Amino acid sequence: MSQIPAKISAKMSPRAQARYNAMAAAARRQRRLQTMLPWLVIIGMFAIWEVGCVAFNVPVFILPAPHDIYAAAVRWWYPLLQDSLVTLYSTMMGFGLAIVAGLLLGIAIGSSTLIYKGLYPLLIAFNSIPKVAVVPVLIIWFGIGVWPAVITAFLISFFPIVVNVATGIATVEPELKDVLRALGARPRDIILKVGLPRAMPYFFASLKIAVTVAFVGAIIAESVAPNAGIGRLMMVASSRFDVPLVFAGLLTTGLMGIVLYWIAEVIERRTTGWATRSTDQNLATGG
Amino acid sequence: MTRPFVEIDQVAMRYGGVDGTLALEGCSMNINQGEFVAVVGPSGCGKSTLMRLVTGLWPATEGNVVVAGKEVDGPLTIAGMAFQAPTLLPWRRILSNVMLPLEVTPQHRNKLGRDRALYEARARELLRLVGLEGFDNKYPYQLSGGMQQRTSLCRALIHDPALLMLDEPFSALDVFTREDLWAVLQNVWMAKKPTVVLVTHDLREAVYLADRVLVMSSRPGRIIAERVNPLPRPRTLETTYTAEFQDLVHDLRGYIAAARSGEEVAA
Repeated sequence: MSQIPAKISAKMSPRAQARYNAMAAAARRQRRLQTMLPWLVIIGMFAIWEVGCVAFNVPVFILPAPHDIYAAAVRWWYPLLQDSLVTLYSTMMGFGLAIVAGLLLGIAIGSSTLIYKGLYPLLIAFNSIPKVAVVPVLIIWFGIGVWPAVITAFLISFFPIVVNVATGIATVEPELKDVLRALGARPRDIILKVGLPRAMPYFFASLKIAVTVAFVGAIIAESVAPNAGIGRLMMVASSRFDVPLVFAGLLTTGLMGIVLYWIAEVIERRTTGWATRSTDQNLATGG
Repeated sequence: MTRPFVEIDQVAMRYGGVDGTLALEGCSMNINQGEFVAVVGPSGCGKSTLMRLVTGLWPATEGNVVVAGKEVDGPLTIAGMAFQAPTLLPWRRILSNVMLPLEVTPQHRNKLGRDRALYEARARELLRLVGLEGFDNKYPYQLSGGMQQRTSLCRALIHDPALLMLDEPFSALDVFTREDLWAVLQNVWMAKKPTVVLVTHDLREAVYLADRVLVMSSRPGRIIAERVNPLPRPRTLETTYTAEFQDLVHDLRGYIAAARSGEEVAA
């Protein structure tokens, strides 16, 4: 809403009107800048990179300039696409498993002190194990193929989901529990009606972390057991000193990470708008 | 003579084992069906503990609690509760927040699907009664603190509870809103006549609303004094400026002062 409604503007002094319009315009500029800023930062980074490489004459096998990377990506577009899809597939499989397992375990841990006390130390210990050390074991168990990548992606991304869902459920206000219990609510009712909806913002926040680290997991496995995927592509490229192609692989991974993060965020905003409405409201003032 | 609706007999409550804090000791009171009772006392005297014992959320470590002729041995299903914080669910609209108890309480949960229109009409009627007509489609954050507390009150009342437990429900509100809500609560009570236990530290609130005011000692809490409030209903803000009202408040203030300094008072 850029113009003041006539009914109100008739009652505003000219100075107040001017001030209102100036504030609205400033807010619009601010919002335009906010949508453009990420693009400006990314473009700026590549520009500095390009200029730096050319100006200091950096050898291609140390740090390839963006145009070298672009050339490599164009030249090897087909393997790049194929391997990206493989990595995307294993990542999504592992991530999907992590969502299911993370939700279930998070609910269990969040709603029962007994399960929390019993399982948490083990979970912490498990999470401190570097996943790259687990990959050889997975290869022994499952052989070289898509499974080590799927399972590594699962292992690395499931912990943040468990912790966040559990936190959301465990921090239900005691008064609210009392209100429901005094009505004869069963523990299951409290989890379904209050715990789970309340945990959703935490859950989506964790998804945004989990989806990016799931890529890390899949690529680690692909690099340790080079079978297919971006991880293997980068291993092969670096063994041939084709550094531009390695970077093309890195950038592709980053791009996929951003896209999945963005999808998670859109779903989050659609489903749990109530939790972030205060920031939305502030951004909307004057508009 | 009919049996009191709530009977509390020599109840004690100790937290955290044998050496834990003694919150209540030798606490006794009777509350009749349809009576509005206020419990006042110095802070930390175990008023909230009393609420949890009566609703069966916690078991007493000594003594008996009997509600509606039955010893309390688990959470009641007939109680409505409201607290200092409105504790609304931010993802639900006002109407659906008010109707939450119907989804969980055994008396209504099975009927809700069939008679939804009927129940919704009831929720709207309650919202009208507390002055929230037309807000049923808003989210809690779109309402002021006082309006959220009104919603919380509606939620406590939607299933027509035989027992309404209010734990300092208005203490986080400003004085003007609070006085508005006194009138609202009085209206609701006069229309539906539930048994009400109001825990508060506001003596004017207690005298405005209650038929009987009980004074608790400091920890370990027990009832040290009781005043029947004869002021006619409906009471208004004007009532609070009458000499009778002021005298009652003054008396109660004396009991509280005595309770804080730990003296015995002849009840």
